[in-house]
Amino acid sequence: MIARMLEAAVLCRGLVKRYADVTAVDGLDLEIRRGECFGMLGPNGAGKTTTIEILQGLLQPDEGAVTVLGLEWDHHEADLRQRMGSQLQETKLPDKLTVEEVIRLFRSFYRRGNTIDEVLHEVQLEEKRKAWVSKLSGGQRQRLAIACALVSEPELLFLDEPTTGLDPQARRQVWEIISQFRGRGGTALLTTHYMEEAQRLCDRVAVVDRGKIIALGSPRDLISSLRAEHVVEFELECGTTIPDHVYLGLPGVHSVAHDGGKIWLSAAHVRRVIPELMKVLEGKGAVLGELTTHHATLEDVFLSLTGRHLRDG
Amino acid sequence: MLDASPLTQLTLWRIREFTREPEALFWVFAFPIVLAFALGLAFKNRAPETVQVAVEEGQGASELFAALEESERIDAVLVDTGEADYRLRTGRVAMVVQPGEVVRFKYDSTRAESLVARLVVDDALQEARGRRDVAEIREIPVTEPGARYIDFLIPGLLGLNIMGTGMWGVGFGIVKTRTQKLLKRLLASPMRRSEYLLSYVCARLVWLGLEVGAVLLFGKLVFDVPIRGSLMSLVAVVLLGAATFSGIGLLVASRSKTIEGVSGLMNFVMVPMWIGSGVFFAYSNFPEAVQPFLRALPLTALNDALRAVLLDGVPLAATANLLAVMLVWAASSFAIALKIFRWD
Repeated sequence: MIARMLEAAVLCRGLVKRYADVTAVDGLDLEIRRGECFGMLGPNGAGKTTTIEILQGLLQPDEGAVTVLGLEWDHHEADLRQRMGSQLQETKLPDKLTVEEVIRLFRSFYRRGNTIDEVLHEVQLEEKRKAWVSKLSGGQRQRLAIACALVSEPELLFLDEPTTGLDPQARRQVWEIISQFRGRGGTALLTTHYMEEAQRLCDRVAVVDRGKIIALGSPRDLISSLRAEHVVEFELECGTTIPDHVYLGLPGVHSVAHDGGKIWLSAAHVRRVIPELMKVLEGKGAVLGELTTHHATLEDVFLSLTGRHLRDG
Repeated sequence: MLDASPLTQLTLWRIREFTREPEALFWVFAFPIVLAFALGLAFKNRAPETVQVAVEEGQGASELFAALEESERIDAVLVDTGEADYRLRTGRVAMVVQPGEVVRFKYDSTRAESLVARLVVDDALQEARGRRDVAEIREIPVTEPGARYIDFLIPGLLGLNIMGTGMWGVGFGIVKTRTQKLLKRLLASPMRRSEYLLSYVCARLVWLGLEVGAVLLFGKLVFDVPIRGSLMSLVAVVLLGAATFSGIGLLVASRSKTIEGVSGLMNFVMVPMWIGSGVFFAYSNFPEAVQPFLRALPLTALNDALRAVLLDGVPLAATANLLAVMLVWAASSFAIALKIFRWD
């Protein structure tokens, strides 16, 4: 029993998946603990979807081993499918069925699980139970897709970009559903390219880029790995360039990155950096364009690791 | 808890998707009936044709005209020469009759109806003047149910409908689910693949009775098309036909990733059978050399079996070779489809 509690929900080693001209997943290792919400954060094309589909037994990896809930896909597929729930990217549920009919259809595949009413309540679609899927808003459709993943009260929930394309309010409703699932002791793996989503929901985050994990840890740890809690971003007009070592010499500045025309500094204290920065710029005769500061986020972690934005694609 | 079984839910899904699409209902139920009605009327047995002739005014014209009026196969008018020529020229009469000691027929020998008119008028005149026939002739008009064009047509339309709904119903549904990435989502659940495919067959069975019944009932009520064979034989032929075309539909849809792709394939498979399988006209019209190929087509076998059971009332055993053709198509298309089926 204790061994079972300690055993990882998902364990994979040396995962590789190649397509004709690209290596989508390039030697990826992952361990997801029971009861945690684990996020894979990365831009489009980083290999998140390929990875999550391999973990769900929908794709065969070219190399590597996968264990889910201590079982292997090759031998325990039927059992595993009963114990997991999944929401895939781009699934279009049947347009001409009602919300209730769709949930009942998915419920019929599982030996045990929640009642239709419980699920409807959980995703707050009670009022829409008789509405056709084609009449739902984007957020309602997404909640229905998640309802289909939750009908069996799974031990493990896979969510592939659960909030992509939703407005902020609809996104928060989805977060609420995932938080409640966590609260009941469920394990969740989600992919996202919204750093705010990862920061809000996830106990641990793997930053994925080009089929590899380039950083792993809790959102807090990842941000503190910048060793500077603040970010200063600014532009210089007239194409003036100043070497990086000049910026690194400013008090409390930990790292420098270039993002298009912008210069990005991570710093311990905004208050101390800005006056020094102004002096340097003045001394070099540079004209300052836009300047902003903010608390460091996972977005900044990604930028400092790759020199690119999450949403660059 | 039959209602909670996945097969029931999957089948209900198929049925609901169909009944909530009014266009689909039209093509399955109304279209074959509209087609049968239109073709049935077009080829309905009409009263015997009459020939239109003009008699020129002149010596003995009225006597001639009276003799022609006697015949029910002739519709004659008495007009002057100019008018008669005008009517002949404009095709309103098939022939002009000039009275006189020697009666003259004026007509265009390349017009089929003129040739008929010439024979009919000649016959009527000779008879009026006291000709005696030397050979005795009797006519047997063909109007009894079972030998008319509509009787040939109804089983053909039935076969066509079973093919169309089977292929479109299965093929279209599967490819649509695949393009919506729904097939992949279903695979992520514990749903059994066999039950998914079986649900298409179950939903087909629900409709099959209705669509076959609608066409047969229409034929019976409107055109008195006979149903001579036993109901059991008919059910057996229809079920095997539906299974065959569900299998071919599955095969056609097994790899297609787009609706356009599967539509093209469907037409590629079905159009030759529309023409060559004896739906609207007998395939014996085709050259001898291609007939073995036509007889090997599944729709040809289905149509022949339907006609044998409906029109000739033969027992099921007499159609064994036709059923065997369908069985081979059904079994091999299901087997290949399951082997090459693309789930994602």
